[in-house]
Amino acid sequence: MVNLALAWAERYQSGHPDISISVTGGGSGTGIASLVNGTVDVANASRAMTADEMKQAEANGITPVEFTVARDAIAVVVNPQNPVRRLTLQQISDIYSGKINNWSEVGGDPRPIVRLSRETNSGTHVYFLQMVIRLGDSKNTTLFSTDTLLLPSSEGIINEVRQNPNAIGYDGLGYIPPDLMGSLIAVGKDASGPYVIPSIATVNDNSYPVARDLYMYTAGEPVGAIKEYMAWILSAEAQTIVANLGFVPVKP
Amino acid sequence: MNKSPNWRETIITAVIRTCGYSAVVFVILIFFFLLREGVPALAEVKLGDLLTTRWYPIENHFGILPLLTGSLVVTLGAMLIAIPFGIGTAVFLAEIAPRWLREILKPLVELLGGLPSVVLGFLGILLLSPFLRVFLNLPTGLTALAGALLLGGIAVPTTVSIAEDALDSVPQSYREGALALGATKWQTIWRVTLPAARSGVLTALMLGIGRTIGETMAVMMVTGNAPVMADKLTSILSPVRTMTATIAAEMGEVANGSTHYHVLFFIGLVLFLISLVVNILASTVIFRSRKRAERVLS
Repeated sequence: MVNLALAWAERYQSGHPDISISVTGGGSGTGIASLVNGTVDVANASRAMTADEMKQAEANGITPVEFTVARDAIAVVVNPQNPVRRLTLQQISDIYSGKINNWSEVGGDPRPIVRLSRETNSGTHVYFLQMVIRLGDSKNTTLFSTDTLLLPSSEGIINEVRQNPNAIGYDGLGYIPPDLMGSLIAVGKDASGPYVIPSIATVNDNSYPVARDLYMYTAGEPVGAIKEYMAWILSAEAQTIVANLGFVPVKP
Repeated sequence: MNKSPNWRETIITAVIRTCGYSAVVFVILIFFFLLREGVPALAEVKLGDLLTTRWYPIENHFGILPLLTGSLVVTLGAMLIAIPFGIGTAVFLAEIAPRWLREILKPLVELLGGLPSVVLGFLGILLLSPFLRVFLNLPTGLTALAGALLLGGIAVPTTVSIAEDALDSVPQSYREGALALGATKWQTIWRVTLPAARSGVLTALMLGIGRTIGETMAVMMVTGNAPVMADKLTSILSPVRTMTATIAAEMGEVANGSTHYHVLFFIGLVLFLISLVVNILASTVIFRSRKRAERVLS
């Protein structure tokens, strides 16, 4: 969600020249670790803090306060040459865990499947593991197949999907560029469907099955400039930016 | 009048000595820091678990073998490219190319060495990996081979520059002597000039290889970072995850003092030991060859 944090900070600073906000990327784990270690005022995260992280923060004398600031859908995307356009959650899970290794097994051409994923420090990676590969079952211990390519950036995934007809990738809906919007996978909860293509509308009406909340954490109840900034984040102006970047605004 | 230069000399000597010792002190300090942060990993994870083939740290799978083999495959591949190309280019520049061509080529090669590896990584992602996928008909071009080719490219300029200097410093009389004995140009290069410059050429190779083992950014961008065991010859054509890329990708996220943190430092320690061993081996080879050369001359 670094795109979003950057866009917010930029817009806010242009209206408030006396405030300076610096945004650093690196994944939710990085942001939360920085908050826990006391090096930042606000952490943006695409996953909720774990109980462990909360405990570590408390041990450092920091009480994180959670704000839900936007919603996000994880889109699964393939190369435009690939004829496959719909998969069930179970099929996506089987592809990523290594049970399905050829596109012909899910109705495509006889090509090997190349699995692309974000690095393990990405909140998107953890969310995808829990909600898709393990189908939301906390007792399930299925892992990513070892030959899943772990790419350090969204650009890496988009670029490989764009040029490699064997590839399947996932990323936040906000990161999918216009030229790949046509090859998004419609996801079905089970084989009987319905298969739903991710969009702002389908995320908001909860019909798209792989969507989540995006959070900001402050170190303690926000005061002063940070309080004003957090209030602005939930304003109509900031939420328009959310929609412009392909994320889904939180309902008022 | 007499006193002041001496006084100045004492200071200069002290400064230079401090510089010399500080290099050693820093290496030792770094080594102890790595030990302090890395060794606890052995207490937290059983050695048997570290030597497994599954690396998935966020679920406590800490098998470092795929990372170790990944680094080895990429480095060996890079060496296979960098050694012949590096020495070949150096020989061409020093022995064969006319003076004017060398004046143009050598700065160009050195300029290549100054290219930031991120830039090479971009070229790797956008041009090299799609090309490899189509040309070799692979599932994906993000492979150990792409990493080895880039790293070879990164190592060549360093190797060429230093090896060329070494060849250039071989006295002209050696070549004249060889030619006078009826050796061909090739025999002179292969039997006389290269052996005479051996220690410099080896240093050049070591520095080049040193750059490849430690290189992170370009490798992280093009090798696909999949922690697969690289235990077959064909592994060069599949994605791998190197030790450096693992540390770079994961160090930012770990909580200070966690098991994952200690294991990452342990990997750093392994990398440090590998380059230490390589360096010691190289200097023994250089030392031995020098002794032999002295024997021949005496």
